[in-house]
Amino acid sequence: MVDLPFAPPPPCPEAETLRLEVRDFLAEALADRTPAQRAESWSGHDAAFSRKVGAKGWIGMTWPKQYGGHERRALERYVVLEEMLAAGAPVSHHWIADRQSGPLILRVGTDEQKERILPRIARGEAMFCIGMSEPDSGSDLAATRTRAEAVQGGFVVNGTKLWTSGAHQADFMILFCRTGGGERHEGTSQFLVDLKATSSIQIRPVHALTGEHHFNEVVFTDVFLPETALLGKLGDGWNQVTSELAYERSGPERFLSSFLIMTEMLRVIGPEPSERAAIAIGRLAAHIHALRRMSRSVAGMLQAGENPALQAALVKELGNSLEQEIPEIARLLVDCEPSLESDDAFLATLSLITLHAPSFSLRGGTREIMRGMIARGLGLR
Amino acid sequence: MLLSGDFARQDFALGRAMTESLIEATAERLFGDHCTPRLLAAAEKGAFAADFWAAVEEAGLPRALVPEEAGGFGMPVAEALTILRVAGRHAVPLPLGETIAASWLLAGAGLALPDGPLTIAPVGKDAALALERRGDAWHLSGSASRVPWGRDAVAVAVLATHQGVPMVACVARGGFTVAHGSNLAREPRDTLDFDASLGADAVAPAASGVDHASLRALGAAMRSLQMAGAMAGLLDMTTKYALDRTQFGKPIGKFQAIQHSLAILGAHQAAAGAAATGGAEAVGDGLRVFPIAVAKLRTGEAAGLCAGLAHQVHGAIGFTYEHSLHFLTKRLLSWRNEFGNEAEWGLMLGRHLAAAGADRLWHEITAA
Repeated sequence: MVDLPFAPPPPCPEAETLRLEVRDFLAEALADRTPAQRAESWSGHDAAFSRKVGAKGWIGMTWPKQYGGHERRALERYVVLEEMLAAGAPVSHHWIADRQSGPLILRVGTDEQKERILPRIARGEAMFCIGMSEPDSGSDLAATRTRAEAVQGGFVVNGTKLWTSGAHQADFMILFCRTGGGERHEGTSQFLVDLKATSSIQIRPVHALTGEHHFNEVVFTDVFLPETALLGKLGDGWNQVTSELAYERSGPERFLSSFLIMTEMLRVIGPEPSERAAIAIGRLAAHIHALRRMSRSVAGMLQAGENPALQAALVKELGNSLEQEIPEIARLLVDCEPSLESDDAFLATLSLITLHAPSFSLRGGTREIMRGMIARGLGLR
Repeated sequence: MLLSGDFARQDFALGRAMTESLIEATAERLFGDHCTPRLLAAAEKGAFAADFWAAVEEAGLPRALVPEEAGGFGMPVAEALTILRVAGRHAVPLPLGETIAASWLLAGAGLALPDGPLTIAPVGKDAALALERRGDAWHLSGSASRVPWGRDAVAVAVLATHQGVPMVACVARGGFTVAHGSNLAREPRDTLDFDASLGADAVAPAASGVDHASLRALGAAMRSLQMAGAMAGLLDMTTKYALDRTQFGKPIGKFQAIQHSLAILGAHQAAAGAAATGGAEAVGDGLRVFPIAVAKLRTGEAAGLCAGLAHQVHGAIGFTYEHSLHFLTKRLLSWRNEFGNEAEWGLMLGRHLAAAGADRLWHEITAA
């Protein structure tokens, strides 16, 4: 029987108590944030906010206390994530570190790396960026060309990373590059690069179509990294990076990026919607409800130590399409002309998200890559 | 053999709690053995699969939702209802869900459970059936359309209101006339005209909280599970076909276009499965309507999409009567319209959310 199983999410009553606490915190912390700022969703940046979240104990929640973590359950962490997204909190200072860099360090890092880095992440004080994509290596990650050559006492890196979100703000990059011979997946490794303490790394902005600066080009020219920067095993980069991707792809940020439109649309439409509007809103809410269940199922799998890479791809495939559909439905239900300058909460939100929407099915692995992974899961590849 | 009907019946009779995997395996074996293309084709021509029904009844499956002492499974509702997902996967041409629902209504009202296939009425938005007291007895009149398997049921569990109180009446064959109708899969969907005198022992108030909306919700939850099962069947069948069928010198499943079609099919059937399971859990949790609305809407939307993709990958052979794909797709294309289509449930959800207001939208979704 060909099957793509999603077990029911494990029950977690503690999470519901926590949820109310998170809501109260966000109501206060985000009181001054405008709808357009909230619409930035998880690309919104505010280092001070992330420190506050860290102080609440909501970063690195599932990690050992020994490393600044809080030893809570994956479903509790999930509640914090989804509440942040639904409220439009500016989480980008800690998001990537909490989601994938921290868990990777925890899994493959040395004791020294764990002790030095993880408590900083958990305090919301260490921002990470992902050094995977390159000019000639996008979906085809194995085509990576950046290379670290072993030298006395460390490595020398040459190459260019591209589309690196937040590199201009980040403290660390986890760099994926070649360290040996062999084809494609062989001879790759990961490094923990301290961007603030490493000289001769050039970080240049790549402006998005909105004019915003999130992406960067990061150029390594004879950059020396000490031996202690190696993360995990030399030559084991491919295994490490693919397991990291399950964390990257399954979370609520893969279907809630445009949730703020739903909220503002409902405000415009009011308590007595037309039949057409009510049907459309009910349908979108049902899709979100079903995806939440699938995504929490993945959190349960992660908690149980399973590898949910396939289920993560399914959540991302469906979630990205939904995120892209929400602004399309909103613009038909509410007669309007979108404008980024608008003071109107609905229009400002709709405008920004309409322009961000094409990226939803590109970032974190394109739609086509997800479909390929699902086909592999079905035994077709 | 562990999974035989006899074994299952003994197990229920002893009142021992069955495990979900055992009940699923029992259903899988039973349905897999009986549900041949020949039987499905005969059912489409109107032949009730009496032997198959006898085996299903012997295994105790129609009593999934009644208390353990009345022959029920003694396991959480969502797990017991797994059998409907398995039934959907095999396109079981029997009123299993209907008998489960009828037994639930009757047992909830404290009425006796007849043996044999049962069904429920009303299922649509017909004018209510009239239930009047006549001396010590009762009389039921009125018409109910699109009643599933009406012609094959030995009795109908009717929900009717008497002086504002929802009542359940058990109307045996003979208490109604039947005009045949069917859905796209040729499953009976009949119009029943009731003119029935009923003894005091055949009518009782429905269980607390049970009304027409709950019956519709239960029906929606059951069809959602059947649809999720049918889509799981489509995925399995279509994937295997794509690996088997060769064109241009290789299996068509090796072409990226086909792989992506199957990935989309797989994703929507997975969402349907998750939503249907959520709906089944909600049945066991006092028939909470939000997750059931989600289940029916999400599975209904996936049904058309998955049926279309399955046909596209199968090509012309899947459009023939000879190939058994249509036994699943015709059911999907029918079930999505039964017990409320996506618009009906979407409207209900949307009005609820709009009344709650923008600032409670997220809360409503997470609390449901």
